[in-house]
Amino acid sequence: MLRVEKVTQVFGGVTALRDVSFSVKEREIKGVIGPNGAGKTTLFNIITGIYRQTSGNVYLEDRNVTFLPPERLARRGMVRTFQNVELFGTMTVLENVMVGLHTKSSGGIVASALKLPGVLREERRIREKALACLEFVGIAEHAADIAENLPFGKGRLLEIARAMSLDPSIILLDEPAAGLNARETADLGHLIEKIRSSGVTVVLVEHDMELVMDICDSIMVLNLGEKLAEGTPREIQEDPKVITAYLGEG
Amino acid sequence: MSTERHVLLKYILFSCAVLVAPVFFAGGYLLNVLVFVGINTILALALNLLLGYAGQISLGQAAFFGLGAYISGIATATYGMNPWLALVLAAVIVGLIAFAIGFPILKLKGHYLAMATLGFGIIVYIVFNETFELTSGPSGLSGIPYFSVGTFEFDSDMKSYFLIWGFALAMILLSVNLVNSRIGRALRAIHDSEVAARVMGVNARLLKVQVFALSAVFSSIAGSLYAHTMTFISPTSFGFNFSVELLTMVVIGGLGTVYGSFLGAALLTLLPELLRTFQDYDIVIYGFLLVVMIMFLPGGLVRIPSLIMARFDRLRVRGREHA
Repeated sequence: MLRVEKVTQVFGGVTALRDVSFSVKEREIKGVIGPNGAGKTTLFNIITGIYRQTSGNVYLEDRNVTFLPPERLARRGMVRTFQNVELFGTMTVLENVMVGLHTKSSGGIVASALKLPGVLREERRIREKALACLEFVGIAEHAADIAENLPFGKGRLLEIARAMSLDPSIILLDEPAAGLNARETADLGHLIEKIRSSGVTVVLVEHDMELVMDICDSIMVLNLGEKLAEGTPREIQEDPKVITAYLGEG
Repeated sequence: MSTERHVLLKYILFSCAVLVAPVFFAGGYLLNVLVFVGINTILALALNLLLGYAGQISLGQAAFFGLGAYISGIATATYGMNPWLALVLAAVIVGLIAFAIGFPILKLKGHYLAMATLGFGIIVYIVFNETFELTSGPSGLSGIPYFSVGTFEFDSDMKSYFLIWGFALAMILLSVNLVNSRIGRALRAIHDSEVAARVMGVNARLLKVQVFALSAVFSSIAGSLYAHTMTFISPTSFGFNFSVELLTMVVIGGLGTVYGSFLGAALLTLLPELLRTFQDYDIVIYGFLLVVMIMFLPGGLVRIPSLIMARFDRLRVRGREHA
């Protein structure tokens, strides 16, 4: 599904990632964990085309997508959410998701200005699809609210709804549980399972170990920009290198 | 659907007001001013699409306005082209120029974008002044013909009013459609978070350039209308000051609102007429207005009715509590 090969990222003189390789199987939930500053978000930014890595390649469904910009990756079925929720704050919740459906509609700048007949029909279709996405994550009752007025947890769900509206084949979640309470985190776990069972592959950067160990099929550990370990949750929990990285030498 | 109807109703009301207005001002000096309100409305609208919706600043709008006016003026006065054809020619050329410079320029953000567009505006202004054989330089280009249909010439204030407001209303309609479409949504998304918009599959770079070009085309058409209404143009109308004035109109009227463009244009076109006594200090007053607006009414004049309504509602609620 997704393959990352020997990715290295150097910022100025700092090596944020060094020769990181890993792969994600179809319909898998893959966790990426590691202490702060390990390079998790940098890795996500590279995979999703926001940063240009110093070297290394990214493959999506066996096609080389290295250096493709995010908008092209989105059209190929790769979506993501952000650690610091990036909503379209001044727009309504429904409109946020409708932006997600941008690629599923086609009226250009001229057709839209002239309001050609197809445009209205398309709008109605998008609106319905967007509502369905809000129902999927369970915030349909907020459809008409302005996005920046949403409580934090609901904002995270909106981001997921927006991403899911693209009918992705793979979704990358950057710390989706950060700032959520225990109950919200448990609900999030169920939602991620639901996303997977709808046929979408999930990659997850997360600090909440309970959540990660609970729902991930496999986990990769990053430390100081290098891959430390990869395996099932159980293997990771028992790996002495991982324990040292998290707890320090005894 | 109800918002759909609301949008249409607003447009129809506005159009009626525009069509009826000349009855009250026929023959007077104010009608002439209203002609300029029309031109400035188009220009403010053009900038508002770019700045208010897509969130991209341009301090070079006067250049596109001037290019439209000069291409129209030169094509007709010097080369005898039909004014309507000249308007189209100017719009196409200016659109292509904007498209070409848009790709490198719109990679920049914030202050850098402001500086780049400012630079473009200044270069164009210098070209107007220095290419003497083409533009007649600082002394200006005269002998530009009026628009005409057959033997009917748009040579009076009343005729110009309907011509220019016809164009303005058409462009307002196009803009209203655009901002309420998926493109308008994508533009606002870019404004709020460009990176998130891109991750959602919005080709932000192309869309920004397209809006920039559209904004330039609108400005160019305003320029052609101006040239064929005034029959005389000179570089001073298209300088940096005017770009700032347009920016002031958009901010005062209301960023990201189509009708705010009209309010801002109307106020800043009428105000100098009322403030004749201040003469060259008008720019100081614009600056003052800009600061006051940003501090106390960041949404622009267009938000006043909804603010009053909100205040009224609050009073009513409080009244009920007291009762």
